[in-house]
Amino acid sequence: MLHLSAAVDQPSVYDAASYVDLARLAEHGVLDFVTLDDTFARPGLDALSVLSRVAPATNRVGLVPTVTTTHTEPFHVQAAVATLDWVSRGRAGWRLDVSTTEGEARLFGRRHAAPAEELWREAGEVADVAARLWDSWEDDAEIRDVPTGRFIDRDKLHHVDFEGSGFSVKGPSIVPRPPQGHPVRVVDATEGLARRTAARYADVALVRVANAAQAGAVRDQLRKEAARFGRNPDGLRVLASLLADLGDGEHAAEPGHGGGGPRQTAQGPLYRGGPVDLAELIASWHGSGAVDGFHLTPAAPRRDLERLVNGTVPLLQHRGLFRTFYPGSTLRDHLGLARPANQYAGEAS
Amino acid sequence: MTKQIHLAAHFPGVNNTTVWADPRSRSQIEFSSFEHLARTAERGLFDFFFLAEGLRLREHKGRIHDLDVVGRPESLTVLNALAAVTERLGLAATVNATFNEPYELARRLATLDHLSGGRAAWNVVTSSDAFTGENFRRGGFLDRADRYTRAAEFVATARELWDSWTPDGLSRPFAHRGRHFDIAGEFTVPRSPQGHPVVIQAGDSDEGREFAAATADVIFTRQSSLEAGKAFYADVKRRLAKYGRAHGDLKILPGVSVVLGDTAADAREKAAEIRRRQTSPQTALLTLEQIWGADLSSYDPDGPLPDFDPVPDSGITQGRTRRGDTVAIAEKWRALAQEKGLSIRQTVIEAGGRQSFVGTPQAIAAELDAFVQADAADGFILVPHLTPGGLDEFVDRVVPLLQERGVFRTEYEGSTLRSHLGLAEPAWKG
Ligand SMILES: Cc1cc2nc3c(=O)[nH]c(=O)nc-3n(C[C@H](O)[C@H](O)[C@H](O)COP(=O)(O)O)c2cc1C
Repeated sequence: MLHLSAAVDQPSVYDAASYVDLARLAEHGVLDFVTLDDTFARPGLDALSVLSRVAPATNRVGLVPTVTTTHTEPFHVQAAVATLDWVSRGRAGWRLDVSTTEGEARLFGRRHAAPAEELWREAGEVADVAARLWDSWEDDAEIRDVPTGRFIDRDKLHHVDFEGSGFSVKGPSIVPRPPQGHPVRVVDATEGLARRTAARYADVALVRVANAAQAGAVRDQLRKEAARFGRNPDGLRVLASLLADLGDGEHAAEPGHGGGGPRQTAQGPLYRGGPVDLAELIASWHGSGAVDGFHLTPAAPRRDLERLVNGTVPLLQHRGLFRTFYPGSTLRDHLGLARPANQYAGEAS
Repeated sequence: MTKQIHLAAHFPGVNNTTVWADPRSRSQIEFSSFEHLARTAERGLFDFFFLAEGLRLREHKGRIHDLDVVGRPESLTVLNALAAVTERLGLAATVNATFNEPYELARRLATLDHLSGGRAAWNVVTSSDAFTGENFRRGGFLDRADRYTRAAEFVATARELWDSWTPDGLSRPFAHRGRHFDIAGEFTVPRSPQGHPVVIQAGDSDEGREFAAATADVIFTRQSSLEAGKAFYADVKRRLAKYGRAHGDLKILPGVSVVLGDTAADAREKAAEIRRRQTSPQTALLTLEQIWGADLSSYDPDGPLPDFDPVPDSGITQGRTRRGDTVAIAEKWRALAQEKGLSIRQTVIEAGGRQSFVGTPQAIAAELDAFVQADAADGFILVPHLTPGGLDEFVDRVVPLLQERGVFRTEYEGSTLRSHLGLAEPAWKG
């Protein structure tokens, strides 16, 4: 099963309609999900808010905002992600990221910039406590039992009593368990420090590499490490993350380049070519088992997403490699990931 | 012109005002419920839709409180989604100033204002107990005395951030150094359609009123009797001059409940039935335990009240519940029970809060109007007891009568919440 996703980032765009348009376009292309990046270091709206605004205007496509874990409150973050899952009826994801600069630290004035190693360890703790808090309500905790006057069965709510290295959370969450159980956690696993966190906690790992062999090596490593953490490696999807410049023509804008695969640039691996060649590349990497799919960041947001959806996707569909409709309704359904069991089910509260 | 009434819709909350056992009651968490109430409010041309917040589930006798609605989604996320299914309705989120940081919250509020085309509002609350703090990095770190000094500096800082981009779209660095916050850098969001999202304050103390007079655009109050409302209104409006603010710069909106009937008797009967449903036998006992500060589980809700005196400051209940002087309340309730021969449950129903307005649509419209014209309020935040249909009837039957009286809009004139509330756009302080 091939998985496709796209970024809907648009620099200096602050109105809702532009984001709705791109997300609908992605949904028209039956993509698994769209991502919207976020950082305190550059201009831009709060990404989770934007995708909440997009949710009622779309029906099936997964919605994956970046939410950083360094200067934010884990309790608020998990509640917001769970709520995105509620308002989208099970389509929420969350791309975790850290804030590494002193400039970002000064916006909060609470702590200094810390080494990336410490920040990614903390991001792992936030991913962990978030899942505990999502599980702090069992699915059937709401009972509305009129004879006993009880709205909930409190034996099905759980304090999480989480003690991290730099923070603690008592719980339970204020939000009932979201439709997907756990919204999908996404981590860019290109760098080693983030890769460990991804192997342990992510449902989807993104890797920015320029060829299939490298992608396959990272995928193998991620799966091995996931197994070492006691996970079933089949619960982890690894997507190659490329910038896509689909040029102006049907075929390669740069002669000889489109067929040759992406090349490394300062912004990451860049694919430049036509939609037809991109379909070829996707089919070939996926066919070799190097990746479970792709995450594409259009160089020109609208133009390249249109080319992807109207050019590349139909070719992949025609070859029977990509879905032609959404058989399921949640992001987990699209990704072929099971709804996780509740870690507290059956425990005393 | 006659004073115009402002109306807002409060999504049913996590206390026993909300009757979850009614067969018409729907989900408290699914988006469809929020959409229903918001669309009803917009159909009724309301000023805004309002969400409350609680950051720790309440506990009673060391266990999670289970008799009322428990759990709700995160406010700002819901409101961004509601921005997609409404066009003019203001969208107000309650967000705590103690357990958040100005940079991030100012950014989320400015984002909502952009995505909704100028409809965002923030109800600044200040609860800062250590019990709630256990869910946060900071923990319970704030003295009660500091809750409003932090809130005031928080709002001032947020406004500095909202002003940090020029109206024509240039970002400029900010720096704020104060007692609670020492931050600097650049804000990531351009000035939003309202300039500053609307600021609401909910808190009854003297400090709370002063904070509102200095800072807020709207006060959400609990006063619902005409006399108490007039006194509160005069007191708060009097404080405005000190801060160079005009009478109309701060709107006072009490939270109220309304019960409609075809006749006055019909409405009274419905109101009594709702109060009975709001006070199940279990809720009656729990209410008594909160006052007595003791375990009363062996008492019969249909039997007499305890004859011993309450235990003061027992801490039996944690979370957002305040009862004031419990010894005095207990004495009053015992006297009431004695005089009328009431059981525990009957006493709690009788002594508990009554609906603010009970009557026919005509009578209610007249009363609401009189309340506003008498300067007991500038309008109301309506708190329905049913999710999500609890304001359908009000919008269908009372709003047209208010319009006939010439005291409520017949269409939205502007597109921002500030324009609905008749508030000026804040001057840009570059
Ligand atoms: C009408 C009203 C509604 C309130 N709603 C909330 C709420 O949703 N969440 C919350 O944490 N506090 C809420 N509060 C509590 C207040 O914000 C405030 O923290 C508390 O009343 C203490 O301040 P005070 O001493 O000035 O009253 C509310 C208060 C009032 C009067």
